[in-house]
Amino acid sequence: MNGTAAPTIRTSTGRAIRTEEMVLNMGPQHPSTHGVLRLELVVDGEIIVDVIPHIGYLHRCFEKHCEAMTNYQQVIPYCDRMDYIASMNMDWAYALTAEKMLGIRVPERVEYIRVIMGELQRIASHLIALGTYGLDVGAFTPFLFMFRDREMILDLFEMTCGARLLYNYIWIGGVSHDLPPEFVPRAREFCRYFRPNIKEFNDLLTYNEIFIKRTANVGILPADVAISYACSGPMLRGSGVKWDLRKNDPYSIYDRFDWDVPVGKGEYGTVGDCWDRYMVRIREMEQSLNIIEQALDRIPEGDVMSAVPKRIRPAAGDVYVRSESPRGEIGFYIVSDGTGSPYRVKARSPAFVNLSVVPEISRGYMIADLVAIVGSVDIVLGEVDR
Amino acid sequence: MAEFLADLLGSDILAYVVVAMLPLFLWVLPYALFAVWLERKVSAHMQDRLGPMRTGGWHGWAQTIADILKLIQKEDIVPRAADKTLHLLAPFVVFVGSYAAFAAIPFSSSFIGSGINIGLFYVIAVSSLVVVGILMAGWASNNKWSLFGAMRSAAQIVSYEIPTALALLTVVMVTGTLDLQEINRQQAGPFWNWFVFAKPPFIFVAFVIYFVASLAETNRTPFDIPEAESELVAGYHTEYSGMKFAIFFLAEYGNMFAVSAVAASVFLGGWNSPFGDFMNGPVWGAFWFLSKGMFFVFVQMWLRWTLPRLRVDQLMHISWKVLTPWAFVCLLGVGALTML
Repeated sequence: MNGTAAPTIRTSTGRAIRTEEMVLNMGPQHPSTHGVLRLELVVDGEIIVDVIPHIGYLHRCFEKHCEAMTNYQQVIPYCDRMDYIASMNMDWAYALTAEKMLGIRVPERVEYIRVIMGELQRIASHLIALGTYGLDVGAFTPFLFMFRDREMILDLFEMTCGARLLYNYIWIGGVSHDLPPEFVPRAREFCRYFRPNIKEFNDLLTYNEIFIKRTANVGILPADVAISYACSGPMLRGSGVKWDLRKNDPYSIYDRFDWDVPVGKGEYGTVGDCWDRYMVRIREMEQSLNIIEQALDRIPEGDVMSAVPKRIRPAAGDVYVRSESPRGEIGFYIVSDGTGSPYRVKARSPAFVNLSVVPEISRGYMIADLVAIVGSVDIVLGEVDR
Repeated sequence: MAEFLADLLGSDILAYVVVAMLPLFLWVLPYALFAVWLERKVSAHMQDRLGPMRTGGWHGWAQTIADILKLIQKEDIVPRAADKTLHLLAPFVVFVGSYAAFAAIPFSSSFIGSGINIGLFYVIAVSSLVVVGILMAGWASNNKWSLFGAMRSAAQIVSYEIPTALALLTVVMVTGTLDLQEINRQQAGPFWNWFVFAKPPFIFVAFVIYFVASLAETNRTPFDIPEAESELVAGYHTEYSGMKFAIFFLAEYGNMFAVSAVAASVFLGGWNSPFGDFMNGPVWGAFWFLSKGMFFVFVQMWLRWTLPRLRVDQLMHISWKVLTPWAFVCLLGVGALTML
């Protein structure tokens, strides 16, 4: 060569790349980044050397909006829009926090309704996660099968509160409407219908040889790494850590039901691989069905709204309450200055935290594996960016 | 065929042009329109959907025609940084590669575009031209994702040609000829005379190997990694729009039928009726041949909507460590049985 060195090319974090490496931009418009995630990849051929996630394309100033609200109840529609495929759990988490702040005990019937709704929502959310995961590895059909079943859950929601995606159903002190009379039989029918379908998904996708090849031993997240990155939800349980806030820090009435916490066992590969995370979600759907069936049997009659003042003015102070959303630990930290609007609302969103571990677990794999890894984290960008 | 037309038209060149265009207008274009519609309906019914239902009335039969009309009217977008010549040429090279194979495919005992005596070799050779076009498209688009798709495609098609060729060679060892018409004629009679049942079990295994490898050659699931939607967006044809995209599409469907047609004529009797002399003859021959070909096209669609996609290294593993050794085993087995 003639001695003139090629200019050093750097990534946005200042890492100089070797000549064999290439910076590849993945997203924000990419079919398998599940929204508007942008990943800056450093690749050596097909092998990933580094991943730098860039977020913020769906930032909607959730926390600032909350401060501008004139009433604590008004925050709930914004919570809906955080994790828009598990809105019930978002509303519930916020309502729990506000209720703790005000010291409200909600009626018994409300607790049951919330558990039923929360678990139905968990199934609906996992169906999207698993279906799109199938898409990520190239299987198209399971996606539509899962959406078919999710429609039935959405029908139940629509019947109850009129909305199919953003419900504004769980309010501080109760729920917005009582269940319609035909809800309980319809929900029972759904449970009966859905349980055999899980086997169908397993036959079609879970135990498919190619699917196992693509996901087992890929994106291994060891338990200690998962804990040190504060992962939660199926991400953490996939690594074999038995941690579920519904069991370990019971809220609402979860301690009254008989159910298990599934964890990853590394059946086809190593504990904490993508297949384990996928399987934890499949098994959680079964457990959710158990909870729903028990709750439907025991649901009492009664009021669906407790006596909540029209203008909520909690005493000055702060409170943090966490609960288990389909993606993990969703926590709200609310600071009140004694006025009618929150002084500060901070959301601890599980997908954001879980996403932070992606660079750690995807180095050295191929681009196709990265798609599988990001899919197994199950991010919702609305919640990551808020 | 060509001689007959030359007599009729009084000109050799005109006759050759007509013969070359007959498969295109009589079969490939109507077939592609039908296959795209069929793919939609097959996928829809496998997925609890209806698929196109409105355009044209009965089960949306005119949907593909409407789509073609739409694609013709679309703006042809060429990226500013693209290599314009290569970008323009690539879809046509791909199409030529897939269409030229039809020249030597025997549609019936009395219709073959060109009855050359190395027909099988010609089909394998000319369909490799597709790789060149795909590489051109990936490189000319000046898009890293397209280039990834093109590189994957080149590696894949080149690797899978080996098991394909070896599997076809097993039959050639039995027939002693590469002439596709002659291969068809040797399978005359009822269906147990078809080569897929000859020299059991070696040619049957070779047939399976050929079919799996041909899926990879046509970039169909589970080997569709060059255009892996969830990874590479659309692979080598990401930057193509309008009619150029449609030509890639046409080439893909053409290729699907070409490999199916080779499978049908080499292993499954081609234009021979499965019932011996019953329903046999030139016209029935075309019917049987097209039915067998379409059956494989349907199987390809079936697999596409059932299976996930393999990864690049797993794909190479299957080609080099599974299919190629087994194809050699079949070749040796057929050789040994022929010698006995």
